[in-house]
Amino acid sequence: MTGKALLEVIRLSTTFRNGNGGLHVLDGLDFSVAEYQFVALLGPSGSGKSTLLRTLAGLLPPSRGRVVFKGQRVDGPPRGVGYVFQNANLMPWRTVEENITLPLELAGAANGAAAAKSREMVELVGLQGFEEALPRDLSGGMAQRVAIARALAHDPDLLLMDEPFGALDAITRERMGLELLRIWEARRKTVLMVTHDIAEALMLADRALVFSERPARVSMELTVDLPRPRLDELRYTPEFAALSRRLRDAIR
Amino acid sequence: MHGVSCPGLLRGSFVSRMAMNKDLMTNFPLSARRGRALAPGAFALALGVFLWYALIWLGGVQPFILPAPHQVWGRFLRALADGSLAGHSWVTLQEVLAGLALGAAAAMLFGYALAKSTVLEKFLAPYVVASQAVPTVAIAPLLVIWFGPGLASKVLVCALIVFFPILINTVVGVRSVPEDLRDLMRSLHASRAQTFRLLELPAALPVLLGGFRIGATLAVIGAVVGEFVGADRGLGYLLSVARGQYDVALVFVAVFTLIAMALSLYGLVALAERATLGWQRQAEQSRMTFNPTEKN
Repeated sequence: MTGKALLEVIRLSTTFRNGNGGLHVLDGLDFSVAEYQFVALLGPSGSGKSTLLRTLAGLLPPSRGRVVFKGQRVDGPPRGVGYVFQNANLMPWRTVEENITLPLELAGAANGAAAAKSREMVELVGLQGFEEALPRDLSGGMAQRVAIARALAHDPDLLLMDEPFGALDAITRERMGLELLRIWEARRKTVLMVTHDIAEALMLADRALVFSERPARVSMELTVDLPRPRLDELRYTPEFAALSRRLRDAIR
Repeated sequence: MHGVSCPGLLRGSFVSRMAMNKDLMTNFPLSARRGRALAPGAFALALGVFLWYALIWLGGVQPFILPAPHQVWGRFLRALADGSLAGHSWVTLQEVLAGLALGAAAAMLFGYALAKSTVLEKFLAPYVVASQAVPTVAIAPLLVIWFGPGLASKVLVCALIVFFPILINTVVGVRSVPEDLRDLMRSLHASRAQTFRLLELPAALPVLLGGFRIGATLAVIGAVVGEFVGADRGLGYLLSVARGQYDVALVFVAVFTLIAMALSLYGLVALAERATLGWQRQAEQSRMTFNPTEKN
């Protein structure tokens, strides 16, 4: 592992109360994420990936163990984390620009600064001309771009993404993956991204963590040593196919 | 009897005043259907007036049972000229507006608290439901005894009658705020006030204004009920006096004025919806299919 750990997950377990003994979702997870690393989380549906992300974001207290972010124990939402939800999760009454600047407005930023940041973000995610559009007028891919821009607006150190392209069609999804890669290269962030898509994980990540069935443990860890910048052609190389095979076999 | 003058009367009658309000009502929320909605509405009203006359001619109904539209119109002009109609209307309008404001404020406060706290909800729910089971008409005499025949008792009847629908809509509205957006606000360290202003209020507004639509028309009913029980002013009072004197035309005048008042309030809420809920045109249209004032 290179660089110092930005995020550490230490013996993390989560059990939901559900009447009959509780639902054991996360079972003693142990891993860390280095600064500027892009980590993909894969695993069967219902294996607790979203639960983990919510725990990392401080939205859900763990039953046991702890999360350490920037050397501090997470206990409530920490500062410096951007969260991209499964659906774009935009406020339908706010325009694209207003959605993007929400984090700045909440932090009490001056209007001028927010407007400048919004222009920068709109440009970064390629939504020029849609600043005044309302979410209902956006396609799924565009809405997710807004969500990414919003998550990046307050310049977080860590970006948590919960299947951000899960609801998109295959083509849009691939395009958004490349787009995310471009954004990530433009402003290096530490990223932890939940995905179902093996190709997506390999295209984007430095490292892939595979979760077991519930209760989730890390059943495999894979370093994705494919060269960067990664271009679309990479998908058709034997190295890509070999890694893809290994991940496929690990997810059961 | 007076058939020849009939078509000309349509123009200035109450019914055409109603036509104005009618298309006011259908047009505010449904801008897309504006043009198409107008023609059938006007036709329906013309038909209504025609049937009204038809009933009188064919059935031979006496004017002191059912006055003709032009007689009601004439009575309206007289009541307008002597200032009594405006005076009574103003009294009722004051009661309605004050009652609506009081009832809505209390309902929104309670509703918000109930929506936020399940403990409070469990504790208060039986009282809230029980309060709804008691007919307001039955409480109105008590309120008049306790608070006198003046403004206060009517305001309270109005407030009571609008309380429940607005309370329920507040609870439903606040509960309907998407959990993911709450998580977003939490992850961004939004304060309680920010969450309220930037998330809960706009997210709950469509449902809340739906409650106001119902409340606005109910408030008018509340005022009339209060005035029936004990008052010396207001449209409800005018109505019962007119009935006592067999001035049926004046009864109609009072009834139509009340309808106009309810529709205007309803239109104001619809206007507020249009101003604030542009972001969800579609939902607004589907809500229009349930239209409580149509019953009046």
